[in-house]
Formats: sequence, structure tokens, C-alpha cells
Amino acid sequence: MVRHGSMHKLTERTGRTSKKEIKMENTIHIPTVAELVAKGEAPELLFWVGCAGSFDERAQRITRDICKILSHVGIKYAILGTEESCTGDPAKRAGNEFLFQMQAMMNIQVLDAYEIKKIVTACPHCFNTLKNEYPSLGGNYEVIHHTQLIQSLIDEGKLRPADGNEFKGKRITYHDPCYLGRANEVYEAPRKVLETLDADLVELKRCRSNGLCCGAGGAQMFKESEPGHKDINVERIEDVLESKASIVAAACPFCMTMIRDGVKVKEKEQEIQVLDIAEITVRANKI
Amino acid sequence: MISQLVFSIVLLAAILLFYKNARKIYRNICLGKSVNRFDNPSERLKTMLLVAFGQKKMFKRPIPALLHLFVYVGFCIINIEMIEILIDGVFGTHRVLAFMGGFYAVLIASFEVLAFTVLLSCVIFLIRRNVLKIKRLNQAELNNWPKSDANYILITEILLMTAFLFMNAADQKLQALQADHYIAAGSFPISQYLVGLLPDAMNSLIAIERFCWWFHIIGVLAFLNYLPISKHLHILLAFPNTYFSRLEPKGKFENMESVTAEVKAMLDPSLPTPSGEVSRFGVKDVQDLTWKNLLDAYTCTECGRCTAACPANITGKILSPRKIMMDTRDRLEEVGKQIDQHKTFTDDGKSLLDNYITREEIWACTSCNACVEQCPVNINPLEIIMGLRQYAVMEESQAPQSINIMLSNLENNGAPWKYAQADRANWTNI
Repeated sequence: MVRHGSMHKLTERTGRTSKKEIKMENTIHIPTVAELVAKGEAPELLFWVGCAGSFDERAQRITRDICKILSHVGIKYAILGTEESCTGDPAKRAGNEFLFQMQAMMNIQVLDAYEIKKIVTACPHCFNTLKNEYPSLGGNYEVIHHTQLIQSLIDEGKLRPADGNEFKGKRITYHDPCYLGRANEVYEAPRKVLETLDADLVELKRCRSNGLCCGAGGAQMFKESEPGHKDINVERIEDVLESKASIVAAACPFCMTMIRDGVKVKEKEQEIQVLDIAEITVRANKI
Repeated sequence: MISQLVFSIVLLAAILLFYKNARKIYRNICLGKSVNRFDNPSERLKTMLLVAFGQKKMFKRPIPALLHLFVYVGFCIINIEMIEILIDGVFGTHRVLAFMGGFYAVLIASFEVLAFTVLLSCVIFLIRRNVLKIKRLNQAELNNWPKSDANYILITEILLMTAFLFMNAADQKLQALQADHYIAAGSFPISQYLVGLLPDAMNSLIAIERFCWWFHIIGVLAFLNYLPISKHLHILLAFPNTYFSRLEPKGKFENMESVTAEVKAMLDPSLPTPSGEVSRFGVKDVQDLTWKNLLDAYTCTECGRCTAACPANITGKILSPRKIMMDTRDRLEEVGKQIDQHKTFTDDGKSLLDNYITREEIWACTSCNACVEQCPVNINPLEIIMGLRQYAVMEESQAPQSINIMLSNLENNGAPWKYAQADRANWTNI
């Protein structure tokens, strides 16, 4: 994705997958809240897509898979579409409180105008900001991360991996995103989802509350790193190599980028796949 | 009689000196901005009992945790012995609590065992620091004073425990010789092995027993007064510091109220523009931090678990959360000294940002909360780093160029990248 320093590669990478391929994949209609409201309806769940999920080519695939899951189980959901704007997380972490609060209050105006009650999001940064930092600015919503949604759908029996799913017996590990794990103590939901796969699950040596950051948080995604002897994502990918996993499950679009970059640095693209929990769910359930 | 007088004077002087220095620390902590950490007392008490009293977070690293537990339990329990020493010192008695008989024997026996485990742990700690050179105990920010500080503490504890055990050894030999005052009391599972090392002459034995007794008590009082200038202050401050911990999710950063009023006025022109002069956005110097940040700084014992878990530090960046805390304390002490001299703080042309903590450090942070998670006494270096960033961005507009680009994209397009807001839902229809 769009790490600083690789901007020139952006146009090559983003949205240039063959149109035919995407058409085939994307056969569901994704409603916006405005559309539902025009029909006199309201969504029971708002899917907050986030900037990465909206613009980054790799993250867009995760976004579509979440939509597939939502349609598959028959949840009445909608997105804000062009009415959505950055939650302000990178501004806040970069120290620009003004910009953060501007973004937050504009988003709260939109969300409140549509009387949104419940939000699901695929980005732990959006999740954290909406859940923890919007309430004191007047935005009170029930906010869940997509791994929590998937876990509850599994618990309710609405999702069940197909017999002989492609992950059976595969060695899978999970990378805890800081803003899901340590920041909000969501450690179990993504693991519960993976446990249904009948796969060979293995923990990284630094996991759960001791998990190592991918290197993208705190607005690092958007800048060159300070001088050091290594990139943080390379340090992290070494944990993955040590685990001998062939699949790394991710739950954050930024971790996704960083870990994929790490895999590339180590030239292990053939051996190690990086997949979001939502993508794994779609494939395992053959949705 | 003279010894009772000397003892009382020494004791009183030690307590007064400690009180004077403790007040200064309290005054310095009060230089911080207000923050409410007095709500929810039951939850706070629980946190304190688990984290400080129960050492819960120490056990993320089991070996040092166990050794530390020995020293901690030893310290707490042997302090019961201090009660007897104080009474004996002031009233000229000897082993005044011996009337408890069998229970006294059990107490003394347990003190001896604990003294031995403390001694052993401190020796292992010294080896870890100076021979094994464990990385987190040998990083750059510990050069000079912090390293000596750590070694002084360990050596002092070893000496105090040695004196305690030799005092008991001499005492039991005197008891056996039925010397005056030396009533038969106590049980000595450890010091019995030291008896053989002692001379047989009663005078020499009394001299050794008295020397060890005085060395022990003066050592303890000196140590008490060493705390205010040492990282070892954590033995006291760990308790209030964990009590006043943040109870909210680690990912939640406080929203600045002063900014909220301005943003509301900007979005709704019918609202009056806030008039109150805002002192400063973000943190430039220690006075811009909250009192809890400052309490954190005094509580830090420089164990470096934060730094050992910091992704930036692990990969060779100069950021070290431990150094952030040490710098904060050093700067606060400097400001405190100024106040001691001139009654009030006058601008000395220095500040926490730049003179102590560099820009390179604050911009290397990923805000991953690993440091906060690791700290065994719930110190939060991340709040300080974020405060410094807020000052750099909001007061000075001094952020790395790439961060400025991201911020301007966000402002203009509602996304950190250069994409138009109108294209946000394009993924739905390609």
C-alpha cells in the first residue's frame, strides 16, 4: 500500500487489477446509508470502511469480503460511501489535535444525522478512535471490530467453515494489531475464528499483550523511519519465520501492508501468505 | 545512656532530613497540571494491590521477578525487625520483643532466611548487571550515575543483610556464653553457620554485635535518605503510582478540552469564540505535563522493561521509553533546584523538549503501548511522547515533512493520502 517513499508505485498498485476479474468477484450491491434513508429504511449496522479499506487496493479486497460476509448472513448493513471521512486517528497520533477534533466532529454530525447506533469496522485504528475517543466529543455508538462480528456470527451458528476447507491442517499464525490487542484487549475474537478452521495454529513468540508492533502505528505509516539498524516490520517477520507458519492472519490493513512488505524483504512470497481474518472466513465458508 | 541519646538524635535527624526532601519531591510533582485520578477508588485499590503489592506485571519475566520478589518480601518483613531495633535503640533495651517466646523465635528465623535470600538475589542481580551485561541493564542512558546508583543500592543491601546476620551470629554466641543483657531468645537457621567465624573473647563479640547493630540501623537510615536522589524511590512510590493509574483502555488518548471549544466555534459560527487565553498546546517542558506524569518520573526504577519491548528501540532507533522517564525526572529536578534557589521558576532557556528529549526520539514512536504494557508499576511514557508531539505540531508547526503532507491530505481530502473524497466509494463499483 501507500507507505511513504513508495508513492510512485501507488498508481501501479492501486485499482489497476483487471476490471473483469473484479466484476466477477463483486456481484453484490453495497448499499449506502443515504440510499436506505431515501427508501425510508435504516441500516441495523453501519460498516465503517476507513481510508485504507476505501483506497488501498489490497485492503479493498478485505472490504469486499466483509461485505460478502454481511450479505451472506443477511445483516441489514450500509456504508457511508462518500460521506465517510478519516476518523482523525493519524492526525491525533501525529500531534494535531485540532485536525483530529475537526474530523471527529464532522463525522459525528453525519453519524448522528443518520441516527447510527452500531458500527463495525475492519481497521483497529478506526475502531479505537470511534469507540474510545468519540464519546467525549458527543459521538456515542456501539463499535465492534470485524473479527468480533465474525466470532459472534460463528457463535450464533450463522457461519461455519465448510468441511475440508482449504485451511485444514495448514500452519497458521496470528499477528496482534496493537490497537486491537494492547489498546483494547481484543485478543480472543480473532483467535476463536481461526480455531474453527481445524488448522495447525501456532503463536508468534511475541503475542497477545506482548505482541510486537508491525511498525505502522502512531502515524509511522506516513513517514520514513528514524535511523536504526532495521525496519520494525522486518523484525516482526522474523518472528513469523521462526514460527514456520505458511499463513499469517492479520486484522488490520496497516499491519497487512507492513507484514507483506516484510515477507517481500525476506523473499518469502511463495512460502508465506498474509490474509485478513475476513478473507480467511470467506474462503473457509466458501462464500 | 549516651548511646540512647546518640541513637535518638540520629533517628530524628534522619527522619527530618527525609521529610524535607520528600516535601520537595511532593512540591515538584505538584508543578504538573491537574488530572482527575481520584475516581473509582475500589478499582484503584484493586490495581494497586495486584500490580504493586502483588507484583503481577513483574512476572512477565519470571526469573528477575522471582529474585525481585525475594528482595521485596525480605524488605517488607525485615522491616518488622526495625520496630524492635528502634525500641531497643531509644530505650536501651535488648531484644525487647523476646517476651513473645516461640513466636519470636519463628520471626527471627524467618528474618534470617529472608535476609539470606535477599543477599543471594542481590548478588545475582549484581552479576546480571556487571558480568552477564544483560542488554536492558547496560544501555546508553544508564551510563555513569544510573549504573552506579543501581550498584550502590545492591551493595548497600548486601552489606545491610551481612551486618544483620553477623549481628545475630555474635548475639547467639553471647547468649551461649550467658553474657549480661544477652538473653536467650530467637532461632538462627542461617547465622549459626557464621558463629565459627567469630572470635571467642566476650569483649570482641560484644564489639562485633554492637558494630553490626549500629551499622545496620545507620545503614537503613542512610538508605532512607538516599532514596530521594535515587531510582530506588520506587519502593515507596510504586504504591501511589499504581493507585493513580489510568483505568481506561490503553488506546484511548485524552481529548484536549481547550481544542474542543475552538473546534466547536469553528464548525458552528453562532457559537462565541472561546476567549480564555490557552497557556500552551502540548508539552514543551515539565510544567506542561500532568502531576501523574511527574509522579511516573519519580517512580521509575530504570529497569528498562519498557525499552526492551519498544519496537523502535529494538530496531536500533534512539528512542528509549526509559530515557523519556529519566529525562523527565532530571529536568524536573533541575526546575525544582531553581525554585529552591529563587523561590519561583524563572525561564532558564532550557526545556524538556530539545534540551533533554530530541525530536528524533519523539517521532520514532509507533504509539504501540508496549512500554505502557510492560511497566511493572504502570508508568506511561507514551503520554509524554504524545504531549511533546502536540507541542511540536500545534505550537511550532514542526513535524517531519512527510507528516505535514499526510496532515494536509487529511485536511483537504479527508484521507491521509492524496485521493479525492468523491472517489472514496469507487471500490464499490469497479
